[in-house]
Amino acid sequence: MLTDTTIEKKLTAMANDPKIKMRGNKVNVFYGEKQALFDVDLDVPGNAVMALIGPSGCGKSTFLRCLNRMNDTIDICKVTGDITLDGEDIYDPKIDVVELRARVGMVFQKPNPFPKSIYENIAYGPRIHGLTKTKAELDEVVESSLRKAAIWEEVKDRLQEPGTGLSGGQQQRLCIARAIAVSPEVILMDEPCSALDPIATAKVEELIDELRLNFTIVIVTHSMQQAARVSQRTAMFHLGNLVEEGPTDKMFTNPDTKLTQDYITGRFG
Amino acid sequence: MSIANETARPAVDWRSVEVTRFRKRRYAADRRLQFYGMGAIVIALGLLAILVTSLISTGYSAFTQTMVTVPIELREDQIDREDPFSANWRTILRDSLKKLTPELEASQERDYFALFTNNAQFLVRDQVVKNPQLIGTTVSFTFPVADPVDQLSKGNIDRNQPEQLRRVNDVQIAFYDKLSEQGAISVPFNWSLFFNADSRFPELAGLAGAISGSFWALLVCFLISFPAGIAAAIYLEEFAPKNRLTDLIEVNINNLAAVPSVVFGLLALAVFIGWFGMPRSVPLVGGMTLALMTLPTIIIVTRASLKSVPASIREAALGVGASKHEVILHHILPLAMPTILTGTIIGLAQALGETAPLLLIGMNAFITSPPAGFLEPSTALPTQIFIWADSPERGFVSRTSAAILVLLSFLITMNAIAIFFRQRFERRW
Ligand SMILES: Nc1ncnc2c1ncn2[C@@H]1O[C@H](COP(=O)(O)OP(=O)(O)OP(=O)(O)O)[C@@H](O)[C@H]1O
Ligand SMILES: [Mg+2]
Repeated sequence: MLTDTTIEKKLTAMANDPKIKMRGNKVNVFYGEKQALFDVDLDVPGNAVMALIGPSGCGKSTFLRCLNRMNDTIDICKVTGDITLDGEDIYDPKIDVVELRARVGMVFQKPNPFPKSIYENIAYGPRIHGLTKTKAELDEVVESSLRKAAIWEEVKDRLQEPGTGLSGGQQQRLCIARAIAVSPEVILMDEPCSALDPIATAKVEELIDELRLNFTIVIVTHSMQQAARVSQRTAMFHLGNLVEEGPTDKMFTNPDTKLTQDYITGRFG
Repeated sequence: MSIANETARPAVDWRSVEVTRFRKRRYAADRRLQFYGMGAIVIALGLLAILVTSLISTGYSAFTQTMVTVPIELREDQIDREDPFSANWRTILRDSLKKLTPELEASQERDYFALFTNNAQFLVRDQVVKNPQLIGTTVSFTFPVADPVDQLSKGNIDRNQPEQLRRVNDVQIAFYDKLSEQGAISVPFNWSLFFNADSRFPELAGLAGAISGSFWALLVCFLISFPAGIAAAIYLEEFAPKNRLTDLIEVNINNLAAVPSVVFGLLALAVFIGWFGMPRSVPLVGGMTLALMTLPTIIIVTRASLKSVPASIREAALGVGASKHEVILHHILPLAMPTILTGTIIGLAQALGETAPLLLIGMNAFITSPPAGFLEPSTALPTQIFIWADSPERGFVSRTSAAILVLLSFLITMNAIAIFFRQRFERRW
């Protein structure tokens, strides 16, 4: 009884708090018999960049993929607990997954442009969702998305060439542009710079910083410097548990746990 | 601790006799493997060469046909302009043939006329009916000689054999030589092998009926098995729940692919012809039967190629909010299509060569005109080969080999197209 009302209160508080965009509550994830996440409670603030860090295999990608139900594609994967987007449970059977994935876009670790033209890569999302009425409007969306992803200048003369013909860094920015084109509210990025050289990485980081104005971003990264540079909040995972979560400055200067301290200073992981 | 153990081990001398000999043995194993592979290829190519050589050596003579050119008088008193069809064409032809050899004695007429194909009079008739303005003139007609004479001209009959052992007698040889001297005999390329339908007379028999029968049957087979196969594969791969029933279906499809084709023929005979009362010998039923056996192949190939599309593409599409059918139809299927087409073509090539099921549904009937559609009785290439192989005339022996060569060339073409697809559209991620 008591708990019910507290949860009720919590939910209303959350809905009224514009700062919380997504919230994970007692999230457990199983791959078959194997449990990959244990009771993770994590709030994702709106219009901010949240970094997920932790040693390999600790469940960062798993958590990220729960946020847009990408784990649905893995048959053996079971998710319990609830995850909300603007206070709505995204694992509710009544939820429209297509809408969810349009609102929560994703950029993957390995650049994965469609084997189609650069233009088609960007235009695809707006087209299937019917976001544009005319060709001119679509052209505009394509251009502005490519501009936001800081790749327009490099590709504007070859929009009809295949997206797979770009360099790795360009492909990743193309994928970011593709995610932006659908006008999502949240963008999930799973180690978006792991295949990129330092220059391309710098470009993508700069980009992430700008995107924060319009989008909520969750980024998984193995680079502490990157987490420190781009994020406002950081969450540390270890062996499927959320160890600690807090403002990035605090996490990097004065973490609460020894585990985080050791990981950040490179003593393990 | 383990690091300490590592350092305790002595350094390896990579050039020592023992280590070197060990390496040499591994190289020898490499070479042996390569040698086995080459040996296998040599054997395979050798067998293929034997097959093709023997086919060509018996079949090449069917690609030419001995013809005779005879001036034929089309007299107005013998042919009614209004009704050229019912003139006495036998007499007209024979009169002209007699003129060609004035010294012909009455007792030799039978042998002499037997030099020419039995149907010569009808060939002349059909030409004249088509062009009635020829009536009243003398026109040179070229038509095949009878099969024994064809064999004689191609050197397949030994003139030194005793007369009763040959299929042409001395009188006929004499007449043949005379015609040959007059320049009436020619041996051009045998177009009628491709443009004539079957016939009782080898010199007139061709593959037109079989080729178009096979074409219609394959078309039906493709139209049924391609869409059905892809739809089934998509369902099984993308939609079907993972349960016992799906497993059962999967096992059964794999089994179907291994069922002997004659069983499909029996099934088609019982179901399509027996229950549904569809006509016998028609390419429609043939195509449906072939579709039964091509379907599992296409399903298996399609499933494999759907599976081989990398998950990253699927996730990319899902990530921008594509629905299930959009992921499949816009992304997965187009990427899988080259492999599916390759598999389909190979499946169709198999179907093209399939004989037993077509025999069972009666596509080995004797039919002398090519089918105009998939509802007219016809033969198919393999069943035509079967029919000809069963015919005793010498001319059919070489035609059988020629038909096999034609079938093989179709198969090679189809497989080449499949390889082209594979190489042209192969994608690397
Ligand atoms: N598809 C899967 N099937 C089974 N187990 C999986 C699957 N994906 C992940 N796991 C397991 O779940 C755990 C967490 O994996 P996850 O990919 O989330 O780690 P991560 O933190 O992203 O690691 P990394 O930094 O190496 O990417 C691992 O132990 C992994 O073996
Ligand atoms: Mg990961």
